[in-house]
Amino acid sequence: MLEGDHGPAIALSMRIITELGRIRGAQDLVDIESVHIDGCIFYGQAGLDFAQRLVQLGGQVRVPTTVNVGSVDLIHPSLILQNTDKEKWVAQGGRELMQAYVDLGCRQTWTCAPYQMDSRPDEGSHIAWAESNAIVFANSVLGARTDRYGDFVDIAAAITGKAPRGGLHVNANRHGDVVLDCTSLSQAALQTDVTYPLLGYLAGAIAGTSNPVLVGLPSDVSEDALKAVGAAAASSGGVALFHVVGRTPEAATLAEALGPNVNAPVHHITAQRLNAARQELSTAREERLDAVSLGTPHASVDEIAQAHAATAGGPPMAEGVAFYISTGRSVFAEAKTRGHVAALEEWGVTFVLDTCTYVTSILRPGTRTVMTNSGKWAHYAPGNMGVDVVLATLEECVNSATTGIVTWDRELFA
Amino acid sequence: MSLVGWRVTSGEAQAPILKLDEPISFWGGIGDNGEIIDVHHPQHGAVVTGRILVMRSGRGSSSGTYVLAELLRLGLAPAAIILTEPDGIIATGALVGAELYDVYMPIATVSEADYELIEDGVEISIVMRGDEAVITSIA
Repeated sequence: MLEGDHGPAIALSMRIITELGRIRGAQDLVDIESVHIDGCIFYGQAGLDFAQRLVQLGGQVRVPTTVNVGSVDLIHPSLILQNTDKEKWVAQGGRELMQAYVDLGCRQTWTCAPYQMDSRPDEGSHIAWAESNAIVFANSVLGARTDRYGDFVDIAAAITGKAPRGGLHVNANRHGDVVLDCTSLSQAALQTDVTYPLLGYLAGAIAGTSNPVLVGLPSDVSEDALKAVGAAAASSGGVALFHVVGRTPEAATLAEALGPNVNAPVHHITAQRLNAARQELSTAREERLDAVSLGTPHASVDEIAQAHAATAGGPPMAEGVAFYISTGRSVFAEAKTRGHVAALEEWGVTFVLDTCTYVTSILRPGTRTVMTNSGKWAHYAPGNMGVDVVLATLEECVNSATTGIVTWDRELFA
Repeated sequence: MSLVGWRVTSGEAQAPILKLDEPISFWGGIGDNGEIIDVHHPQHGAVVTGRILVMRSGRGSSSGTYVLAELLRLGLAPAAIILTEPDGIIATGALVGAELYDVYMPIATVSEADYELIEDGVEISIVMRGDEAVITSIA
């Protein structure tokens, strides 16, 4: 492949994969079964130059490849603001970049939650996924094996079908090495949606880039809750794999999850710590609510159904509030079939497809205070968008949207 | 001063050192003009362009590859980077810069002991000899 006998795009991609393997000390390369690309968000000319070079060289992906959100909602292009020169540049460059990845043979998924689609990697299979929440979900919840891949390496892996055998591809690196004991949390807390992004936020802050093990969660905790844990843990820290004892594939018992790390430190997660974490993430000081943003990572069909149930039969949305749900095309189509989309749109929800409200300019100018049920959104939005946030339950988000007043229970876990 | 490190990426450079007190994330930490824009960083406002950037490790989002490749495209990147451990994000940015723009920015790792010997502001040269990086101060 390196010599160019499979074409110049494969040779270029192979140079990057083999050099990265050498740098990371990987002994050889592993064949991978799928790739999820994160390089399709437009940050500048270099990203576009790289994708277009691969297109010019005749590059095509060799394994099934999905794409993360881009910088443009291709279905609703008018949602993306183009008021400033920078916004226009991102909209134009973003569209060209998304087209280049389509030309390379990627499926037009445009979602940060490829695990919510029809084809999911099998337990134990090697994959090369990028985007921190997708990586941590694939490793932790599906039991597939991916190291942390990012821009440029992701498409190089897709074009070669190979990745360096290192990091979380290797069994020895997949054991837990820090324990979060959640056994003191009440049943009520464990049934509350916002508990899970908060657990993830704490797990990331405590574990950094190591592998946390959560003990004391219900054995039937939902995939949506685990998605929220992973996304937040990969934001506040660099977690790429966590275990939930009695729930996730490599953690039937605490002993299995820890392997040889029997002396891993134990941190006790209490109701007080959940309250404190929520107040840390909630920066809003204003009473007036400008917007609600759900769907980071992209909402599942179940989450859209829950939003539908929470709004149905209740009061209308207050004037001046915008209510966004970000999701992927395939979930959106399913939610539409089930009747959730029309009802939510009638109530005033704006669905955002192909992208997300915190990676590109969607929120209206002047937006100051936003409520979200996402730990990841709460972590990044103040820096990325200059807005203040409250991390809230779905119920608090919906109720506040109907009054236009930010309302949340500061002692929810008392 | 003369010491031998390990080659991460190929290239050669001669420039004054900018030694950072803390690692910086290229993504969100260095602006597209080469300036350190992270307001929490002790060397906020320093410019990495044309300097041999020395820091203990890489840090932050994998989108840092984009920022480094963009700095290489614009001619605003550091002249070289020296770390104590290899960093895949920084290395990928340099590999992509070399592929796209024919700019070969050397990256080397050195031992913790050698890292302590490297002083801010001193002009040094870095050349690669096989997998070795030879780092020498210019008298």
